[in-house]
Amino acid sequence: MSSLSYLVSRLLQIIPTFLLVMVVIFLLVRMLPGDPAIAMADAKATEAQLELIRQKLGLNEPLPMQFLYFVKNTLTGDMGTSILLKAPVLEVILERIPVTAFLTIYAVCLSILIAGPLAFVAALNKNGMLDIAIRSGFQVGLSTPVFYIGLLLLTFLAASLRLFPVGGYGTTFLQHLHHLMLPALTVALYTSAIIMRNLRSAVIEVLDAEYVQFARSKGLSRSVILGRHVLRNALISTVTLLGLSIGNLMSGTLVTETVFAVPGLGRLMLEAIFARDYPLIQGLTLTFAVMVSLVFLFTDMVQAWLDPRLRLS
Amino acid sequence: MTNQNESLLQVRDLTTTFHSKGRVLRAVDGISFDVRAGEVLGLVGESGSGKSITQRSIIGLARDYGTVEGSVYWKGEDLLARTDKQLQSVRGSQISMIFQEPMTSLNPLLTVGLQIEENLKAHTDLDRRARTARAIELLDMVGIPSAASRIKDFPHQFSGGMRQRVMIAIALASNPELLLADEPTTALDVTIQDQILQLLLSLAKNLNMAIVLVTHDLGVVAQTCDRVAVMYAGRLVETGSVRDVLKRPQHPYTLGLLKSVPENIPPRTPLYSVPGTPPALDALPKGCAFAPRCLKAENVCLGTKPPLAVLGDGISSACHFTADIREEVLA
Repeated sequence: MSSLSYLVSRLLQIIPTFLLVMVVIFLLVRMLPGDPAIAMADAKATEAQLELIRQKLGLNEPLPMQFLYFVKNTLTGDMGTSILLKAPVLEVILERIPVTAFLTIYAVCLSILIAGPLAFVAALNKNGMLDIAIRSGFQVGLSTPVFYIGLLLLTFLAASLRLFPVGGYGTTFLQHLHHLMLPALTVALYTSAIIMRNLRSAVIEVLDAEYVQFARSKGLSRSVILGRHVLRNALISTVTLLGLSIGNLMSGTLVTETVFAVPGLGRLMLEAIFARDYPLIQGLTLTFAVMVSLVFLFTDMVQAWLDPRLRLS
Repeated sequence: MTNQNESLLQVRDLTTTFHSKGRVLRAVDGISFDVRAGEVLGLVGESGSGKSITQRSIIGLARDYGTVEGSVYWKGEDLLARTDKQLQSVRGSQISMIFQEPMTSLNPLLTVGLQIEENLKAHTDLDRRARTARAIELLDMVGIPSAASRIKDFPHQFSGGMRQRVMIAIALASNPELLLADEPTTALDVTIQDQILQLLLSLAKNLNMAIVLVTHDLGVVAQTCDRVAVMYAGRLVETGSVRDVLKRPQHPYTLGLLKSVPENIPPRTPLYSVPGTPPALDALPKGCAFAPRCLKAENVCLGTKPPLAVLGDGISSACHFTADIREEVLA
């Protein structure tokens, strides 16, 4: 019962976040230099034609009115028409969401697969050769820019060895896995470095905890102690960090999707910014905000599931 | 078969050292003692005297962070010669342990029921249903009201005293013959302390279980133990029956400890304490470790470690002047 009320209260918290994001987006876009009407019209357009476009976009209305229209339209699913693609923003975004969602989930899974086991190995060999090797390896990953790792992977694994395609998304699930391997890996190398460091120190801390000593004094097997007692407790802090990294990771798709020519939201965002496509920028920013909020919500849910003290207090 | 006179546990020359930043810390320094079936042995000493490490060395928990040497014979078999995996069948089933801090010694993420049942799963053939039934029975046995409904509760939903009861229930799940209790009441209110001690005593009696009770509280020893072993700087300085040791202590350190217990004194009298502090564990003196704080110390004390010598009436004491003290005390 109280788990349910926790979920509901957590869901309600999203509403103010959402409103705040809308205000920020609205103001930011209005603060961008340049005139969207000029961007929309062709080069030979007269002042009268530009004025017509401005009127159509509602750019001549006072700012508060523009904001109200923006909120009302957004809530009814009308995010305007993309200047660049000449198609409804919502449609364009919905079409691309799966790509970025796939890439993000893929990258997260890879990060966990890379970081989880290595963190455990490092923690169990604390300050040993393996630990030092693993940590130095990740240190390199952490201090190298994401786009550079991406270019390296592209050059060696895609261009030279031809193991993976240089870009695109494919049409079937397996093709997606194949096409997105390099971009996902690029992001995962960075994210897993953060996760690994955090999980390693969490595991070391938990291994020292009295309840782990007590569990050992009960004669439990090593696998039960590590799996049930150590892992769960160590995960609590790591899950928070993972949630934050996913937020980061989504903004990171701007770079990775561009480097790897993945037709997702990140690349679309970059194109929209260059084209001063206000409606599209607004829509995309809002979409990212919603996605990040959902990720944080999900993180909180996982945490409540892991830790009864959150659920039942 | 073990008969009544034979010891359940024989600790011989147990030495536990830790290596930290090039220094060698000698936490337990060659101690030997026996625990007989069903008896309650008090292990007394100040903080850092090696009491807890002694217990953790016995069931192989100390070797994670230190080197453990010597022998620990459990029913004639040396536990220290076993690997960690081989120790699993003894830990929690024949020898159990309870810890000082009930707030941090239970896993906060698992229900108390699961924490009892995982012990049963490791050491018995009971099926799931029988394990749950046994877990309820155990919670009931340690005095937790409406045990059946509390089995699904998490540790944070219990008070400190109740958590200590839960820990006892977990430790006793598989009917151990020996319970190592590491200051089980130190973190509790005085009223709760007494309840927990009484509970431990009655359980030990009913289940014919021996207890090694680590404490720094001589009052607790007087109340609960059959025999007592006094530790100082990693060594045993005096052992014997509680009645004899508390009435006629033969070692200057025990004497000092007893004098520190306020008894029949007018209010606002400054409390007595043994002067000085225990030696650093990486710089134990060549002679008697207590000599620098001892009022009776002479040259021989600084040069030679006194062995633990058996005196009359079951007392053993490690002091060069035991005979003199004995005369004084008896006089």
